[in-house]
Amino acid sequence: MSELAQDSLAIETRSLTKQFGSHKAVNSIDLAVPTGSVFGFLGPNGSGKTTTIRMLLGLISATSGEVRVLGQTMPQNLNSVLPKVGALVEGPAFYGYLSGEANLIRLDSADQFASSKDRIERVRAALERVGLSHAAKKKVHAYSLGMKQRLGIANALLQPRDLLILDEPTNGLDPQGTREVRNLVRSLASTGTTIFVSSHLLAEIEQLCSHVAVMSAGQIVAQGKIEDLRKEGETRIRVSTPDLDAASAVLVALGLEPITTMDAQLRQEVVAPLHDSKLEGDKIVAALVKAKVRVSGFAVEEPSLEDRFVSLTGEGFDVVQ
Amino acid sequence: MSSSNNPVAKIKRPLGLSLLATELSVMFRRRRTYAMLGAVALIPIFLAIAVRLSSQVLAPGEGPPFLDRVTQNGLFVGFTAMIVGIPLFLPLTIAVVSGDTIAGEAGQGTLRYLLTAPVGRARLLLVKFAGAATFVFAATLTLMISGALIGAALFPVGPVTLLSGDVISVPESLLRALLVAAYVSISLLGLSAVGLFISTLTDVPVGAMAAIVTVSTVSQILDILPQLSVIHPWLLSHNWLGFVSLLRQPMDLSSFGANVLVQLGYIAVFGSLAYSRFTTKDILS
Repeated sequence: MSELAQDSLAIETRSLTKQFGSHKAVNSIDLAVPTGSVFGFLGPNGSGKTTTIRMLLGLISATSGEVRVLGQTMPQNLNSVLPKVGALVEGPAFYGYLSGEANLIRLDSADQFASSKDRIERVRAALERVGLSHAAKKKVHAYSLGMKQRLGIANALLQPRDLLILDEPTNGLDPQGTREVRNLVRSLASTGTTIFVSSHLLAEIEQLCSHVAVMSAGQIVAQGKIEDLRKEGETRIRVSTPDLDAASAVLVALGLEPITTMDAQLRQEVVAPLHDSKLEGDKIVAALVKAKVRVSGFAVEEPSLEDRFVSLTGEGFDVVQ
Repeated sequence: MSSSNNPVAKIKRPLGLSLLATELSVMFRRRRTYAMLGAVALIPIFLAIAVRLSSQVLAPGEGPPFLDRVTQNGLFVGFTAMIVGIPLFLPLTIAVVSGDTIAGEAGQGTLRYLLTAPVGRARLLLVKFAGAATFVFAATLTLMISGALIGAALFPVGPVTLLSGDVISVPESLLRALLVAAYVSISLLGLSAVGLFISTLTDVPVGAMAAIVTVSTVSQILDILPQLSVIHPWLLSHNWLGFVSLLRQPMDLSSFGANVLVQLGYIAVFGSLAYSRFTTKDILS
């Protein structure tokens, strides 16, 4: 099983497309989520992450393309696949007038393959797992957003799962709750469960995941191991100087393309990507000094995932729709 | 991947009784359900009190059928209340419950979690219909029981003189009351099926409820237009008041049979529509 698991894929899509009217929410994506990985599904809000997740779970049908989850095509094998998949989709949702425990009993009895004999034990164990035992009898109305989120995760953990699909699992959680979820995900991952986490927060993905796919405007713009993706970013130099124009001129003469932004100017910095140039940092500084540029600071910055993410998906409100 | 590589091929698949149990407990733990059953119970209570307090003696045939008999025999309270409740109030409660079936789950977001459980879409529809049907029976029984109790409290109770002039004993009249409740419940099952279908069309339960009330009202309007007499026997509401024939001796069951057939027809047609709609629907809620 383990040899097989190494190169097998827990989730695989081929040219998966979903069209709403004339708008392609998901446009021909090829996801490959290795079994046993913690896979980050990253993208700005509205980039098609949730639509993709809904197709993976058979909630909506694909316009075209194929989906395989745990080796079986979806949605044709929904009944044999979904019992092995725990899911949190687009935030938790519960019957507010029922207690947390009654809610889980309801959802567990909805699982047509779950035996009713040990239902209550299962529910209690899941509540225990997310630290909600003390609030089991409380109505969900009275839960905080973080508690609801944890109850949603408890629902995903009612059965032993081979795959967990968690859509924005830390949304609405305080820093402590975020840490708890992160630890929970890690402990689940250590038991071999494949975990597919979507998020628009890079930091979260960076801390948790071994693999990542980046969505933008319905397409996957990057996918692979997180360290490989990081390497694809660009190394940059950063010069702190009061002589901004002179410094830029020197860098241009060296064949670099300085980026001037308002922000950099305010901080009295010139930033330039190194591209493929083989320039060494000391040579650049020497050239700057020679041109009488006052250098108060110099740094060669390794590519950060954040820059890579922003370069792939656009900045701020300019996010590609 | 071959079929042998299918680790959790659980063969046993429970029937869905425990899902039905939670469905009912979800329904009957809602205050709204009790509010509606309470309001249903109030119909005979108001009616009996109004009759008791008024000194006006009704001529036979004045007011709703049986109203003139209430003062002579409290057991008629339930029958009269049923006639008062069936055109609007009972369909209204059915609209609330059946309109909420799928749209309510969609509206609050629990539908996606039921479906990923996985509940099985057809199974969920069946359980939802069974739940709505249970409410229908609970509502008509509530009305009948409330009617019998308030009738016994405020008026004399004795052997009941039927429409045909025959007299039946008190126990038998209670049996007839149950039969009437069953008849009215069956009458409302067709509307529940229509409601289930409408509920699959939207994520907004209130919209579904309004549409179902509209269907019930339109059906009753069509039923009083003589130009449309050809389609009358096939209307959802055509036999709704037909339970009166159960109060004759010997009992006339032809209306009962026709009603069952029409309602089964509606259940079959709208059940299939709900199935074909719901099993192919994109769940975006």
